[in-house]
Amino acid sequence: MSRYLWPLGLFVVLIGFLFVGLSLNPREVPSPLIGKPAPAFSVSQLGEAGKTFAPADMKGKVWLLNVWASWCVACRQEHPVLVDLGRSGAVPLVGLQYKDEPDAGLKWLAEHGNPYVLSAQDRDGRVGIDFGVYGVPETFVIDRQGIIRHKYTGPLTPQLLRDDVLPLVKKLEAS
Amino acid sequence: MRRFAVVLALSALSVSGVHADEAKTLADDPVVEERVQKLGEELRCLVCQNQNIADSHADLAMDLKKQLREQVSSGRSDREILDYMVERYGDFVLYRPPLKTTTALLWAGPFALLLIAVIALARRLRRRTVQAATANTLNAEEHERARALLAGEENKA
Repeated sequence: MSRYLWPLGLFVVLIGFLFVGLSLNPREVPSPLIGKPAPAFSVSQLGEAGKTFAPADMKGKVWLLNVWASWCVACRQEHPVLVDLGRSGAVPLVGLQYKDEPDAGLKWLAEHGNPYVLSAQDRDGRVGIDFGVYGVPETFVIDRQGIIRHKYTGPLTPQLLRDDVLPLVKKLEAS
Repeated sequence: MRRFAVVLALSALSVSGVHADEAKTLADDPVVEERVQKLGEELRCLVCQNQNIADSHADLAMDLKKQLREQVSSGRSDREILDYMVERYGDFVLYRPPLKTTTALLWAGPFALLLIAVIALARRLRRRTVQAATANTLNAEEHERARALLAGEENKA
């Protein structure tokens, strides 16, 4: 009897592995930056001639850095969620316009609404590389001390905001 | 359809631009380019599954190759450059990740499977020898018949 149960058991284990494998997202790469200070940069702001932005400007606040681009398809899906978040004023949202033209970015914001306190321009993608950006949109949660606490790859959803992002922001603000 | 044609034209344009850029840097210094190529083969392209940076023409891979070129030209060592990439993208970017507690299963897994397979095979073989030693003995009648068969007497009978 065990002679037949053996392969069956093996098969079940294999199916188990494959099933778990199916539910994993191969594009999700754990960021080594979590728990580390946000990389420093200083770049010009979108649509604000002469103004620059550096993460140090946000010191003392818990804030979100959202990587976006006008060419990014998934951003289209995410944007209404961000607009709602911006309107609620729950947390300051800073944009990082990644590898994009200023004109295209301004047009995008005019068309879809601007949820951002400001958008920093990363035209050649250098800031993106420092943040380990590989799939736009990405969102970083950064605490009062400028430490990256979490990273979300892919579009934020209302559910993700409600269950993960905002509770984390609250927790960080309380500490 | 027209939109598709425009996209196609645009992508063709951007690809040719990329090639021109690459050709230019290639000509700059073959020694640098060779190191960039070698480093690129060690690094996983994050946006295209199962391809290394050297082989990929994805936007991010091109940017990272640009980074590699700059860093190689500025005289940083291979170790320093790989560390730079790992700091940003994690061990996942390396095709040969370091042996750590988090990667132990990755390294030891195949050997563990091999060990299990060898043990299973050994057990099976042993069981077979025992079976052969006990079950495959013939009684006198069978012996007689076997002898007859071998001698070719069965056909006549």
